[in-house]
Amino acid sequence: MNKLIIPALLSALILGCTTTPLPEDGTRAEVETRDGSVTRVDASNLDASGLPKALTDPANKLSQRSIYFDLDRYEIKAEFQDLVAAHARFLVDNRGFKVLIQGNTDERGSREYNLSLGQKRADAVKRSLVLLGAREDQVESVSLGEEKPKNPGTGEAAWAENRRADILYRAADGRGEF
Amino acid sequence: MSRIVHRLFLFAALFAAAALAQAQLVVDVTGAGANRIPVAIPDLAGDSVAARVIAGTVRADLERSGLFKMVDASETGLDENAPIDYADWKGRGADAIAAGSVKRAADGRLEARFRLYDTNKAESLGGAAYITGNEQLRTAGHRIADFIYEKLTGEKGVFSTRIAYVVKSRGQFLLQIADADGQNPATALTSAEPIISPVWSPDGSRLAYVSFEKKKPIVYVHSLASGRRTVVANQKGSNSAPAWSPDGGKLAVVLSKDGNSQIYLVNADGSGAPQRLATSPGIDTEPRFAPDGSLYFTSDRGGSPQIYRLPPGGSVQRVSFEGNYNVSPRPSPDGQTLAFISRRDGRFQLAVMDLASRQTQVLTDSNKDESPSFAPNSRMILIATEIGGRGVLSAVSSDGRIKQRLSVAAGDVREPAWGPFLK
Repeated sequence: MNKLIIPALLSALILGCTTTPLPEDGTRAEVETRDGSVTRVDASNLDASGLPKALTDPANKLSQRSIYFDLDRYEIKAEFQDLVAAHARFLVDNRGFKVLIQGNTDERGSREYNLSLGQKRADAVKRSLVLLGAREDQVESVSLGEEKPKNPGTGEAAWAENRRADILYRAADGRGEF
Repeated sequence: MSRIVHRLFLFAALFAAAALAQAQLVVDVTGAGANRIPVAIPDLAGDSVAARVIAGTVRADLERSGLFKMVDASETGLDENAPIDYADWKGRGADAIAAGSVKRAADGRLEARFRLYDTNKAESLGGAAYITGNEQLRTAGHRIADFIYEKLTGEKGVFSTRIAYVVKSRGQFLLQIADADGQNPATALTSAEPIISPVWSPDGSRLAYVSFEKKKPIVYVHSLASGRRTVVANQKGSNSAPAWSPDGGKLAVVLSKDGNSQIYLVNADGSGAPQRLATSPGIDTEPRFAPDGSLYFTSDRGGSPQIYRLPPGGSVQRVSFEGNYNVSPRPSPDGQTLAFISRRDGRFQLAVMDLASRQTQVLTDSNKDESPSFAPNSRMILIATEIGGRGVLSAVSSDGRIKQRLSVAAGDVREPAWGPFLK
C-alpha cells in the first residue's frame, strides 16, 4: 500500500515547487541507496523470541530451518533448493535480519574431520544464500561438527537427522535465536 | 608417624578415592603377548603397608603390559642386599626377581630401594632407590616397574607417564589427567561445552586443546601446574586440531578464516599472525609432526578423506590408498609407524602402517575407534572406542595382541592423549 502513497506524496511535493534553473557546472549528486536502511516492524506479528511469526509459523515454509545432507557430502540436495531460496528471499526483503548457519555431522569418524565437514555444509548454505541475493554480512557460517547432535541416538535414522545445517535468525534489534 | 596414624592416612586416602569413583578409570586387560617373561616380585622388606602398595603397583603394571607373567612370590622381607638363591627362583620358573625394602626416614618420607636379578645368568641387573611421600607410593612403584621393564625388554617403560582424556558426564565436560594406569585422576578443566583434541607439549607441562566454551571452537594452551590458559588461535570461523612442533615453540592448527579448513602455524604463546603451511581446494585437517619434521595430515583434496605427508621443504604426497576414508594420522615417536583410523564396511577401526614397507594392518575389530595416541615408547596406542553404547578408552599394542580397556562408571570417556616420558 505504501508503494502507492509515497509516489503520490512525491508528485505533490514536486508540483508544489517553483521551477528553478539547473546548476550549469554539470555537478550531479549520486543518490544514496535507501534499500534496507529502514526495517519495518509489525509488533502485532512478532513471536515470543521477537522474530516475525512467518519464521516460526509451522504453516510457513520459512519455519523449516534444517537442510539435510548425505553421508560424507556437503552439496545441497535438489529437494532443499526451494527452502534455501525462500530463506534467501526473506533476507533480500529484510536487510536488517542476519542468519547464523550451524553445520553438523553424525557421530561417526574423526571429530576434527567432522568439524571441517560441518563447516563445509554451513558454507554451502551460506554460498547459496549469497548467490540468491543475501548480503555476505547477513550470513555467518560456523561448525559444531559432531559435538551437538540433535538426535543423541545411534543408527541411520539418528545419523541422518544429525547430518544437517540449521538456519538461526536474528532481527536488527538483536533479538532472535543466536 | 606411628603405624596407626599411617594406616588411618591410607584409609582416608582410599575413602577420598571412593568419592572420586565416578571419574575414576577402571582398567580391564584382554589379551597378552605371545611370550611373557616370568618375573617374581615379592613384597618389599620393611614398612609392610607401604611395601604392599609399592610391590602391588609394580606387579599390576608389569602384568597389564601383557609382556610379563607373575611368578608366585609369597616371601616377604627379601631386601635388596639379601643373598639370592638363583637355582631356587629358576626352579620356580622365574627368569628375573626383584628384591627391595622400604624404610622411613627421619622426615617421615619413605625410601624404596630395590635390585633386579637375572636368574639364568645368576647376576644383578642393577637397582635404584626412590624417595617418596605416602601419597606417592604408587609413583615409586611405577618407577620401579619402568626400571624392570627396560632391563628385561630393552625398551623404555611408560608406567610413570600420564594420560589426558575428556569425560562427558551429566552434561559436563571434564578434561582430566591421570596416571597411565588410570589412577589419580585430576581435573584440569570443566566446561558445559565440548572440549576436544587435547595434545601434550613435548615437555609434558602444558596441554593444547579445542574448547567450545565461547560457543565456537577456539584453541587454548593450558599450563597444568598453574592452570594458566592462553588463547593461541581465535580467528573468524573455526579454530581446531592443534599439534605441537617438536621443539614445543609452535603449534600447527586448522583455521577456517579464509573459507575451507586449512593448516597454519602459530606461536605457542599466542603472539604473531598465523602462517599458512599448506594450501588445498578442499579440507585439510588433523596435522601431526613426525620426528623428522614432516607433517602428516588428513585432506579430502582427492575426493575422499585420505592421509597426506608434507616433508620439510618438499611437496605433498598421498600416504593412504586403501578405502575411501582414512583419517587421524599419528606418526609414532620412533618414526617407524603411522597409526590412523580407517573406515572398512562402515566400521571405523584402528590401523597401523609400517612407514618403510607401506604395509597396513588393522588392529581392532571395533565399530567406532577414534583419536589414536601413541605411548612415548611407540609400543602401545591409546584410542577412544565404544562398548555397549558407552565411550571407553582402549590401549592396544602396536602388534594388536594386547588390549586394555579403560572406562569410567558414569560417563563417556573420549579424546585420549598419552603424555611424554618424564624428564
